[in-house]
Amino acid sequence: MLEIRNLQVRVDDKPILRGIDLTVKAGEMHAIMGPNGSGKSTLAQVLAGREAFTVTGGDVRYRGRDLLAMPPEERAREGVFLAFQYPVEIPGVSNVYLLKAALNSIRKHRGLPEVDAMEFLALIREKMKLMEMTDELLFRSVNEGFSGGEKKRNEILQMALLEPALAILDETDSGLDIDALQVVAKGINSLRGAERAMILVTHYQRLLDYVVPDHVHVLSQGRIVKSGGKELALELEARGYGWLEAEAGAAPVETAVR
Amino acid sequence: MTTESRDRFVADFARVAPALPGAAAPWLTRLRRRALDCFAQTGLPTQRDEDWKYTSVAAIAKRPFAVLPAGSAGSLVTAREIEALRFGSNAHHLLVFVDGRYAPALSAVGELPGGVTLGSLAEALDLTPASLEPFLADDRHHTVFAALNTAFMADGLYLHLPPGTSIAEPVHALFISTANDAVAHPRNVIVAEEGTQACIVEHYAGLNDAGYLTNAVTQIFAAGNAAIAHYKLQQETPRALHIAGIHAAQGRASRLESHSVALGAVLARNDITTAFDAEGCEATLNGLYLVGGRQHVDHHTRIDHAQPNGTSREYYKGILDGASRGVFNGKVIVHPGAQRTDAHLANHNLLLSKAAEIDTKPQLEIDADDVKCTHGATVGQLDDAQMFYLRSRGIDEAMARSLLTFAFAHDVIERIRIAPLRMRLEQVLFAKLPQGERIRELA
Repeated sequence: MLEIRNLQVRVDDKPILRGIDLTVKAGEMHAIMGPNGSGKSTLAQVLAGREAFTVTGGDVRYRGRDLLAMPPEERAREGVFLAFQYPVEIPGVSNVYLLKAALNSIRKHRGLPEVDAMEFLALIREKMKLMEMTDELLFRSVNEGFSGGEKKRNEILQMALLEPALAILDETDSGLDIDALQVVAKGINSLRGAERAMILVTHYQRLLDYVVPDHVHVLSQGRIVKSGGKELALELEARGYGWLEAEAGAAPVETAVR
Repeated sequence: MTTESRDRFVADFARVAPALPGAAAPWLTRLRRRALDCFAQTGLPTQRDEDWKYTSVAAIAKRPFAVLPAGSAGSLVTAREIEALRFGSNAHHLLVFVDGRYAPALSAVGELPGGVTLGSLAEALDLTPASLEPFLADDRHHTVFAALNTAFMADGLYLHLPPGTSIAEPVHALFISTANDAVAHPRNVIVAEEGTQACIVEHYAGLNDAGYLTNAVTQIFAAGNAAIAHYKLQQETPRALHIAGIHAAQGRASRLESHSVALGAVLARNDITTAFDAEGCEATLNGLYLVGGRQHVDHHTRIDHAQPNGTSREYYKGILDGASRGVFNGKVIVHPGAQRTDAHLANHNLLLSKAAEIDTKPQLEIDADDVKCTHGATVGQLDDAQMFYLRSRGIDEAMARSLLTFAFAHDVIERIRIAPLRMRLEQVLFAKLPQGERIRELA
């Protein structure tokens, strides 16, 4: 489904990703771990189309197409979804407005009829039940005044509604208490399927207790320095990231990029 | 240039003065004459005048605007055209003015409480001029254009609320201009005595894509405990020039709410002032300007906290696209002795294009020590992070821009308390935004 080859990315002339290779097949769950500043979030945002980053080398094929050539909205319509590490607040745009606009633009792209207001409310309420969210969050401005946990749930709610083929979850576990973590994990697990691939970007192993990955990759200084199965996550939890950086002979860690 | 335009106005005055309403009242003739002299001394303002630094009125000087003879227009406007400019249910009082003159056949004034006068200023000037003298002669905020208005004023809205009366339904005063190179000087006088309430919508629109000049003045006298809501909706034609002053004087514990929505005209200037002449006054000044192309829109506001315990809240927002220019100058003056004044003033601007410009200047002048005053102004573009967030959800760039623009304007529109007017403005906004129709469907 997704094939990343030698991807190199800069921000303000500073190299952040220095040759990423990664292949993700339908049905797979990949976890990308790594210390702060290793480039995890940059990778997630570049895949979703954030224009602040400059791709200086390599390519990304998504379902056989050149992903990097598509504008962000086209990627979304083709089934790519990014759950943001820092979901953006949009005062004045209600959550229900955004959700409906997003769903209908994607349905239209897929040749499906747009859903009307009644159908939409029935559908979204069903998904909100799964995420244990109250109706009130539907009619508030997007993410405005949401707690950290509500923001992350809102991201997974959007994913559940939009049913992407490739979901990239950027530090969805950060800032969650244990109850919220379990709700978010339940939402993620409910969306696993043979046709859907997921990439979990995370700093800690904690989420992986609830969402078990097929593959784990460690990113350090813009490169994947180690790949393995789910047991690699446990090893990282026990030993930290230092030994891998030492193994890779890496220089000091660069500043984190949002 | 200025001399020529000045002479033109003066000559025009000589032509039309004998036919102006209230000619039988000597005080009024003297007042007009004085106002004309006052104008003639300075002529039109230039950008050397501090108050006109960013706004050029050269376009007014260049064109031979002339007052239309009374009774020359009016039949040109159809009931259907009026209907399109009304909003919501027809439960409000409608007064239509065509090219500056009251058009009773197009108007619909409903039943009014006893003692209340609502109608044409021209009629009042002809029938009961003495009752208007103290109000028309109040010229403390006179600008050059206000002086010109006093000289030429021919008609406008006159509302008089005797003590304790109120009008439940909004009053919709609709000023329609139809003719090229015409100038109208509407004068509106709202006299709200002790404990009265009313809500007035002053609405300017043009037909036939005409290029004309509107030079309006509205005076609001809100006596003790009166509560007056004033909405100004400016939708002049793209070729029109629009100059307007709204000047209020507030009595003890009175409340004034002013909303100014500026959408049309190639050049628009609003001077909105209120003075707290007694203790415990409240004023809310809200505004929204939304312009593009080569439009120029200027708001100058001034709140005089002359007495203690006054509260003012000012909130203006602007959206500028194309090569448009905006000017916002908001002044709050706290006079000596006006203790426990609570004032807040904010102006936020969204620039949608690189060529759009805004000059914003909130000003506080404080001569009292026990006060709470804040002000702020921002100028920004659409937020990249918000744009990316929307696009990452499948929403295309044009629609994401429209959504965020709508969201920016929406909190000012939400402050409009007349529901049909608020809905009409939402529609106007949708119509101005790319893919606005689609956003509307989502609402």
